[in-house]
Amino acid sequence: MDKVRMAALTVLLLCCSMLCAAEGAIEAFAFDNPSQEARYRALSEEFRCPKCLNTNLAGSDAPIAADLRDTVHRLILEGATDQAIRDYLQARYGDFVLYNPPVRRGTLLLWLAPAVLLAIGAFAIIVMVLRRRGVDEPLNDTEQARLTELLRDAAVTAKEVQ
Amino acid sequence: MSRASLFIPLSAFVVIVALLYAGFSLNDPHMLPSALVGKPFPAFDLAGLGVDATPPERFTQADIQGRPMLVNVWATWCPTCRAEHAELLRIHNETGLPIIGINYKDDPVKARAWLQQLGNPYEFNIVDADGQLGVDLGVYGAPETFLVDAAGTIVYKRVGDVNRTVWERELKPRVDALLDSRAATEAGAGGSAEPGGGPHG
Repeated sequence: MDKVRMAALTVLLLCCSMLCAAEGAIEAFAFDNPSQEARYRALSEEFRCPKCLNTNLAGSDAPIAADLRDTVHRLILEGATDQAIRDYLQARYGDFVLYNPPVRRGTLLLWLAPAVLLAIGAFAIIVMVLRRRGVDEPLNDTEQARLTELLRDAAVTAKEVQ
Repeated sequence: MSRASLFIPLSAFVVIVALLYAGFSLNDPHMLPSALVGKPFPAFDLAGLGVDATPPERFTQADIQGRPMLVNVWATWCPTCRAEHAELLRIHNETGLPIIGINYKDDPVKARAWLQQLGNPYEFNIVDADGQLGVDLGVYGAPETFLVDAAGTIVYKRVGDVNRTVWERELKPRVDALLDSRAATEAGAGGSAEPGGGPHG
């Protein structure tokens, strides 16, 4: 019984510590109006934390992500447009901070690869389907005659065995 | 055709291995390509750390030009900064290349104690308490080191420690090129070229 209780307590504590960790990225920012707050939320979801490879600003506990959230908040209050904020961060941290990088020569592969892979997959499926259909083609007269003959022979053999 | 198609899995495997190999031999994904190379050092107006003899105790981007120099972003909370400190001292002592420190989101008291204890390779230190200059420089982790030319343009950026190899392979050739071109223009203008970046104290 004690063991069960200990286990339950451990799980509870682990959950608490996870909650605390998740709360690390929540700051109380004051905004002039709800639309500013909505823009802040959208933008902090949109940018990638420079320190962590696969987390956005909103989801990161890294100090630099906190600084950049501060920066986004400050720029919104200063009246910057969304595009101005994107330009501000891109000028300092490059395309890396944009989860939605612009189409240009260096990023062309990134943008085209999914479409190309999809086309290859579609082509492969079409080829496979066409080939399989080829197997089901009706027999021509010679083949039909040969089949009938074989079946008859088989029937004869079966009777002889009996 | 059917015999040839037996080789499809094998060739797909070879392609995947080749892609993985290429992917792993790319640069470290943690190393961001710097957006600031080729751009002027960002504007700032910040207080100094107060340990360096050089007045004034307030600095702007105008203090980071006139000759090639290194700008090193450091903090006492950063273990790699401690690891590279000896190399910065060596570079400063042996080459006379000016090194400017940006004390990044740090406790000034600890920072001054650190410099007293480990030695001070910096010409002066700028206190970036809230990290705003760091954001303007695209800093995402200390230490980072920028090479700035005489015009105040960022020429190169190193993320991570400056060790002997980095100095020899990445920094020294660029510093030498900057000093050479500077000496050439000064000689052409009739001025006295002084290799080594001038005197330092």
